[in-house]
Amino acid sequence: MALAAGARRQQHEASAEAKKTLLSIEKVTKYFDEDLAVDNVTLEVRQGEIFALLGASGSGKSTLLRMMAGFENPTEGRILLEGEDITHQPPYQRQINMMFQSYALFPHMTVEQNLAFGLKQEKLSKDVIIDRVQRMLKLVHMEKYARRKPHQLSGGQKQRVALARSLAKQPKLLLLDEPMGALDKKLRTEMQLEVVDILENVGVTCVMVTHDQEEAMTMADRIAIMDQGFIQQVGSPVDIYESPNSRMVAEFIGSVNLFDGQIIDDQEDHMTLHTDDLDADIYIGHGVTSGVDERSMLFALRPEKTLMTREKPDGDYNWSSGIVHDIAYLGGHTVYYVRLPQGKIVQCFLANVERRADRPTWDDPVYVHWASDSGVVLRS
Amino acid sequence: MKKLDLTRILPGGRRWVIAGPYLWLLVFFFMPFVMVAKISVSETFLGIPPYTAMFEWLDQTLNIRMTFSNYAWLLSDDLYIRAYWNSIKIAFNATVFCLLLGYPMAYAIAKAPSHLQTTWLLLVLLPSWTSFLIRVYAWMGLLGNNGVFNNFMIWIGLIDSPIQMLNTNFAVYIGVVYSYLPFMVLPLYANLVKHDNALLEAASDLGARKVTSFFRITLPLSVNGIIAGSMLVFIPVVGEYVIPELLGGAETLMIGKVLWQEFFNNRDWPVASALAVLMILLLIIPIMLFHRYQNKESGL
Repeated sequence: MALAAGARRQQHEASAEAKKTLLSIEKVTKYFDEDLAVDNVTLEVRQGEIFALLGASGSGKSTLLRMMAGFENPTEGRILLEGEDITHQPPYQRQINMMFQSYALFPHMTVEQNLAFGLKQEKLSKDVIIDRVQRMLKLVHMEKYARRKPHQLSGGQKQRVALARSLAKQPKLLLLDEPMGALDKKLRTEMQLEVVDILENVGVTCVMVTHDQEEAMTMADRIAIMDQGFIQQVGSPVDIYESPNSRMVAEFIGSVNLFDGQIIDDQEDHMTLHTDDLDADIYIGHGVTSGVDERSMLFALRPEKTLMTREKPDGDYNWSSGIVHDIAYLGGHTVYYVRLPQGKIVQCFLANVERRADRPTWDDPVYVHWASDSGVVLRS
Repeated sequence: MKKLDLTRILPGGRRWVIAGPYLWLLVFFFMPFVMVAKISVSETFLGIPPYTAMFEWLDQTLNIRMTFSNYAWLLSDDLYIRAYWNSIKIAFNATVFCLLLGYPMAYAIAKAPSHLQTTWLLLVLLPSWTSFLIRVYAWMGLLGNNGVFNNFMIWIGLIDSPIQMLNTNFAVYIGVVYSYLPFMVLPLYANLVKHDNALLEAASDLGARKVTSFFRITLPLSVNGIIAGSMLVFIPVVGEYVIPELLGGAETLMIGKVLWQEFFNNRDWPVASALAVLMILLLIIPIMLFHRYQNKESGL
């Protein structure tokens, strides 16, 4: 799955056009009465990319999307599409189309009529409309269902029609609101790749909103993490996962083990942290270049980079003893919950490469350890 | 031997629950209809009851006497045909007026903030908490030559002498539209309030302005509400008696009024019954045809 987005990303980095900004959000703030929904957001969406707004419900991501579509007006700030100010343009004039979470297919129209609706508003000739509708049906593999009404379609088929309808007008920007929200899990993973395929085919720029991090990482070239109306971090899926810039991002994306520590030594090429949770100190293969005054830092370590052995590891740093507290067998990998001497519980993923291996079991004494470049230092 | 399982033979609970309303309809709707239909094929007779019996036992022979002369009579006299036609015309026009007035009302209520919706609906229903008859009488007071409207227009100098409003078709329309408007507003509101706002947003997103969205999305989706409201207005207005009697004049010929005259003035029960049977058939046939058409549509 990561392959699809990865291949796409490489393609875009290759072309110079990819760097061009299509949509800019400038210092946009939105209040609903007294409630702050979007807090001074500045963003740039580049030509041809799939950009995901990722956040929990109530993080303001949907409001931001609705402002792009024109359904809400920002309280402050500007929205520019190709340099043109569209902040107060009504939705029907914007060259932006949206696929709704509920799909919002017109129930009294056939699939064909749904696709033709937007084209008819442009007063295109009948032949052009028929031709465009046919191409759209083909694009989403729905030719056979042209005469059906929405209530005669399955969830996945409805989604294809909704996608085709939002692409029919050849918008400059496509908005997807929780695109997989109404599908069951199996269909979801299938459709994620197919939708990326279709978007790539058309070459449209796309902003999507989702609360599902897997979906964002599968589909998007870049992700913005939103929390309480505020953008916490923008970056590629790898950046966001491997180099989170805050505790919120680290905790929001995937699982993470966090340790509060004090700086003992901070050099250009390495640093050491002391934490009460671990038997040994933490050694990190780089320094904190910002030269902060504060001594207390947060060390974030992903569970799959946390290794577990029965033997005591070599070296003075980056290990601790512990006892297996709980085991969750998930098929592809197993999650070990290891209780450290001070009572803190860390997670540790072990890939199940062998069918039956001799693994530590409940209450076994074990050691956890990791490499010096496995974790990330965050300001606490 | 297996024990006899009674629950397998006796109908289940669900059927008993349904049986109640069906029994009600059978006793209070179907039986009276059969009785009226029976009277409609008898002849007038001076006595009590004022019609001849259908079954007679004479000389060990059962005689069944049915005459269709009453129906022939109805069709031969153009008074009845005009009365039917007039009733349908008035009911149709009144339905159109109710729709034109009621649709914007229902739309406004459905779009209002939810805490206002209940209040507004209550205001629509409030007049019907007083007696229907009293409200129609009130219109007599308002529309009469010495009534509020005429006096007011004379007072502000708009007219010199009163305009004849009461006892005209105009007054009948006023009364009918006023009385039956809630029956149009309520089903329309119930339909419109369920509409998904995302559909309108989608239409707007796809380039449709508000007017286009209304005619291409909202209106087609509210067809069922329009039909339900129209039936609730049209059907009772065809047989309406009180309003044309009180507000209408000599020119207002409606089937309900004719029916009354046949029953109570002429004491001709058989003809009156035939009138009633024809009226029901006149209403039921189009409804059934429409129903079949609708089933076909949805069962595509």
